[in-house]
Amino acid sequence: MGESATYSVLVEVRLRPGIADPQGATIERALPALGLEGVAGVRAGKSFRFEIEAADEAAALARSTVVADRVLANPVIEESTVTVTPAGS
Amino acid sequence: MATRVGVVIFPGTNCEHDAIHAVEALGADADLVWHGDTSVDGYDALIIPGGFAHGDYLRPGAIARFSPVMAAVGDFAEAGGPVVGICNGFQVLTEAGLLPGALQKNQGLRFLCTTVDLRVESDRSVLTAGVSPGTVLSIPINHFEGNYTCDPTTLKILQDDDRVVLRYVDNPNGSVDDIAGVCSVGRNVVGLMPHPERASDPLLGSADGRVLLEALLGSALASTGARVA
Repeated sequence: MGESATYSVLVEVRLRPGIADPQGATIERALPALGLEGVAGVRAGKSFRFEIEAADEAAALARSTVVADRVLANPVIEESTVTVTPAGS
Repeated sequence: MATRVGVVIFPGTNCEHDAIHAVEALGADADLVWHGDTSVDGYDALIIPGGFAHGDYLRPGAIARFSPVMAAVGDFAEAGGPVVGICNGFQVLTEAGLLPGALQKNQGLRFLCTTVDLRVESDRSVLTAGVSPGTVLSIPINHFEGNYTCDPTTLKILQDDDRVVLRYVDNPNGSVDDIAGVCSVGRNVVGLMPHPERASDPLLGSADGRVLLEALLGSALASTGARVA
């Protein structure tokens, strides 16, 4: 008890389905000009990496999810996925 | 006594002196309120002006909403005090949850710096009180992320409750339902992307923004009277 470990966190933030994505649409329209045909459904997003100290992986995930929901994503238009792994692995 | 307006600034705000000049020209007193301040006592109205608060890092307004002053702004709004967010200020107010929806990148991904026609849709807000619905105002816009977005349920509430305060006559940025400005449930918090302070003198090409700022000062006087009484 009392031991904590460092976890690596990846948070991916993207627009919710149904929210228009002008950035993704512009990228998609530009691809054929480069000869890159057949690409559809482009959605632009952001990813964030950080490290967090926590008692265990579940606690690391819980706290990282708070960071994602309260700060990194705007829940009005965005959703996020949080992935936690032991640091150094 | 002159109406006192607090103009809230964050690192990166850049329209604060325009806002102060515009309301002082209408007879109000105005001061800058630093983002680290924890009180907005003594003001009759607050303006959150345009700019790039905290560099617009993460998302416009995303960092600013955690500033100490925003708790005081929230309390002021809760008590019925008039709060107007212009451009970046609108983005800050949506991030802070004081107004519904969010502002996304413009459709077409262009930074827009031009003058647009706005139609006043409701006179039931602190920024439009006394301005006849249907009035068309010529007011500048200057933004990259002014594309107002909300879910269909929120949109229906805004429409049904007459909370869409201003609409673009010719939608420049893809905003849902041509929305240029909305107000809170209490109608004392208003956010808009256009800059009425930049249309406050004929020398600037338009003085159409004055009716909105005059409405705000009038609302401020009434609101302070009601809160003090």
